Amino acid sequence: MSKILECQGLSKRYGKKQALKSVDLSLESGRIIGLLGPNGSGKTTLIKLINGLLSPSEGTLLIDGNMPGVKTKEIVSYLPERTYLNENQRVSDIIDFFVDFYADFDQSRAGDMLKRLSIDPTERIKSLSKGTREKVQLILVMSRRAKLYCLDEPIAGVDPAARDYILDTIINNYDENATILISTHLISDVENILDEVIFLKDGQISLQTAVDDIRVNQAKSVDALFREVFRC
Amino acid sequence: MAWNLDSGRPIYIQLVERIELAVISGRYEPGDKIPSVRELAVEAGVNPNTMQKAMSDLEREGLLYTERTSGRFVTEDRVLIDKMRKELAAAQIQEFMKKMNQMGFEKDDILHLIHKNLEEGK
Repeated sequence: MSKILECQGLSKRYGKKQALKSVDLSLESGRIIGLLGPNGSGKTTLIKLINGLLSPSEGTLLIDGNMPGVKTKEIVSYLPERTYLNENQRVSDIIDFFVDFYADFDQSRAGDMLKRLSIDPTERIKSLSKGTREKVQLILVMSRRAKLYCLDEPIAGVDPAARDYILDTIINNYDENATILISTHLISDVENILDEVIFLKDGQISLQTAVDDIRVNQAKSVDALFREVFRC
Repeated sequence: MAWNLDSGRPIYIQLVERIELAVISGRYEPGDKIPSVRELAVEAGVNPNTMQKAMSDLEREGLLYTERTSGRFVTEDRVLIDKMRKELAAAQIQEFMKKMNQMGFEKDDILHLIHKNLEEGK
């Protein structure tokens, strides 16, 4: 199996506060991986480092052998925690923008997904509900044929039916050579679609293992293990 | 949407059991083509790699087989399916007997209760 992501001694400090502490991490291609940890454990920091939105204080981070930059942005599809879409634009304008911007954007795939959800491409973002906006955003991200998808809290803030749709979309569009990294704290909702999980605790990786290994060795769900490890 | 899976047991084992049951109960008949890994993964709400692992297990058991180009099918070996059905029944009975024993029932009491239950059910 080839490695899509490798971090060595990766640290990030914000002033005195250390958000990531010398993280060593290696992700294989073709996996759906949960990045799990309580608020403030460093999940978003790690994802922002992968996407080149932050620079490491120390250590290295390689994506498909390259440091974050133009080359890696071509192969990493990123769903940020907060939307960056211009509310005044129509869905179709944003699709055109993505087509221009990303060589790997599959327009027909995006069109199919919008149709399935009966989202009218001529609608402006501001006229859509919160849940629909999140779906549009996910459709944009999953319509790219990327090698690494980073989804930062993709199901927070939407109702359970929309969550199911989002998880379906992830399974349906997942290409077996791509890796999907999903950060979330809604573990029980996602754990059935994950191959492996990473527990992040105070900026350090406390566990990286296959979901079924947790179930075989400890006879408990990832959710139950998480509650134990991170008991307040 | 998703299949109802227990939280404490390995997911792929539960997928294997569900598909075995679908074959034993006749939902998938001998020789039927079954949906693709992707379709089944979406239906079950699980990771496609996990579903693939379950399929490989079922193929190893001989319950499913792959035709290189046309997909995956249920075995036409009815003897095997029947054998699995009996094994599953035996496991259920064992589980039942264990629980009845824990409640303090002996073999004869249990037989008597089963007969009574069947009579009343008529």
